[in-house]
Amino acid sequence: MTEFLQQLINGVAWGSIYALIALGYTMVYGVLRLINFAHGDVYMVGAMTGFYMTRWLGWGKDPDPLHFVLVLLASMITCGLLGFIIERAAYRPLRKRSKLTALITAIGVSLLLENGGQLIFGADPKFFPTLIENKPIFASGGLIITNIQVIIIVVALVLMVALQWFVFRTSTGRAMRAVAFSHDASRLMGIDIDKVISVTFVVGSMLAAAAGILVGLSNPKIEPLMGLLPGLKAFVAAVLGGIGNIPGAVLGALILGISETMVSGYLSSTYRDAIAFVLLVVILLFKPAGLLGKAVPEKV
Amino acid sequence: MTVSTGNRGVAERNYNFRTLGYVAAAAALLVGLNYVTESVLSGYVGRVVILCGISIILAISLNLINGYTGQFSLGHAGFMAVGAYVSAAISFYHGNLARPGHGSGMAFLVNTLHLPEGVAGVIFFAFCAYMGGLAASLTGLIVGVPTLRLKGDYLAIVTLGFGEIIRVILLNLKAVGGSLGMSDIPGNGTPHAIFENPFIWVFGVAGITILVSRNMVESTRGRAFLAVRDDEVAAESVGISTTRYKVTAFVVSAFFAGVAGALAAHYDSYLNPETFNFVKSIEVIVMVVLGGMGSLTGVTLAAIMLTIMPELLRASGPLRMVIYSFLLIVLMLVRPQGLLGHRTLKPRKKAKPAGASA
Repeated sequence: MTEFLQQLINGVAWGSIYALIALGYTMVYGVLRLINFAHGDVYMVGAMTGFYMTRWLGWGKDPDPLHFVLVLLASMITCGLLGFIIERAAYRPLRKRSKLTALITAIGVSLLLENGGQLIFGADPKFFPTLIENKPIFASGGLIITNIQVIIIVVALVLMVALQWFVFRTSTGRAMRAVAFSHDASRLMGIDIDKVISVTFVVGSMLAAAAGILVGLSNPKIEPLMGLLPGLKAFVAAVLGGIGNIPGAVLGALILGISETMVSGYLSSTYRDAIAFVLLVVILLFKPAGLLGKAVPEKV
Repeated sequence: MTVSTGNRGVAERNYNFRTLGYVAAAAALLVGLNYVTESVLSGYVGRVVILCGISIILAISLNLINGYTGQFSLGHAGFMAVGAYVSAAISFYHGNLARPGHGSGMAFLVNTLHLPEGVAGVIFFAFCAYMGGLAASLTGLIVGVPTLRLKGDYLAIVTLGFGEIIRVILLNLKAVGGSLGMSDIPGNGTPHAIFENPFIWVFGVAGITILVSRNMVESTRGRAFLAVRDDEVAAESVGISTTRYKVTAFVVSAFFAGVAGALAAHYDSYLNPETFNFVKSIEVIVMVVLGGMGSLTGVTLAAIMLTIMPELLRASGPLRMVIYSFLLIVLMLVRPQGLLGHRTLKPRKKAKPAGASA
């Protein structure tokens, strides 16, 4: 039982990181109907930004929560900018073209970030500095909860609430929902679609950056290809919950995170990477719209 | 057809003779080129030539799905892996006369049927490659039937998922080496008489792949593929079973990917599940896209180019992949239909009588 609870807590912490990445996927898919393959690599850039910033400022020596917050914000801003540039340079010129063209371009951007990362940062893994010392804050009967896990869950929760507020309580958020519903109708209502799409990319990339920093705290080994698999899995999480649906992405990510830790805890860690895709195949076969998504009939 | 019924028999016989001539010429060319590559080209260049051939098979077969049928498969490496591992397992456990208990298949051909070892090796390898292709196409069927109801990006991500699942399963299969990889596969460079003359095998199969691909698309079935690509709803409404054609394309494509896997496995005598990751699928897709989806000539040229280019850029290290990905983005922005678009190099035909063309 303790083991199960332990795996559950690990799973929720891991799922929160997936959730932050999945939110970016689901938002971009909502407004553009595009799988932004490069999103996982934005998360990598987020982690790398945090790494270099702490190193240059010499903050790795003395753990300090204030430094953590500053690094988090700086990384979010950098990645927000990156997201803006990616959308402007690669996706915007293709908006009128076929979806396939956009998808291949997204793969191209992803490869560019990965290989550019290997070129600039070097292919060898780096160790994320300890911004916050990892210590248990609750331990009883073999069950251990660390402060890092709590921080991950709390930061993810705060960001999700902020996102919920942004999407449902601000005029930009309303515009975003309108664009997701219909480009043409929103344009007729005087919404600047280009601006809304840019904002969506910026916000999504900022969340991915936060995920990058949080993962640096718990699994300090970071490398240029670290975004490949988590990115794909976060997309799976978004599909699982119902793509385009914000609470759905969080739900899907938590389910995925928990399943992964359970599989590696009870079966074998080598099967861990497959479980996401098994879940994906199952959900698409039985409920293609996802757990919380609504099925949209195809109109001719 | 332009041929009237009265001449049909003659025309067909002529056609058959011509085909036979082409086949003979192709075979002679292969043997000749094989001699040239073996004697003139050094080991490294020869290797790149073989890799080009394998790339052609992969790209042309993926073109059936991504180019002709307009679906987006991201799992080609998975099919290649199935073919590679199945064929390698057969030849590893049944084709190695030098290892006690591992040569039953070859022993049957050599000792029971009294075939010379060279001939036995040819038959045995053909069997292995065929079984590899068959296993891959069976996988294609299993993957295709449930998933091909999905469209566009969903299909892409599910095929990618299947590719990853296949890779993870292979990583966990101890019988084929698991994460350590499978070595000592009888083949190129090992004294087992299996897979001698890789050049003939690889380019023979590449030729067959191109031929099958061309014949398929020029047939009724191929027209259905194109209809599915151009407008799925319209195709469905004129009575084309879109799912059936998509699955057909998938199965045929997976077969050739599997054979390509078998060739690669026996050429290197070594396999590792990590070779068949998502990046490998992407490489093949880039070949198809660069060549122009649906253009056999373009895809073949792109496959050759994209196999040689990384070798030429090898000295520049990680920069080569940066150039590679940058090229892909620029290509999509500037010329999304690929270098050759839908055009294919065809032998020039005599002018058709008026009204005969479609």
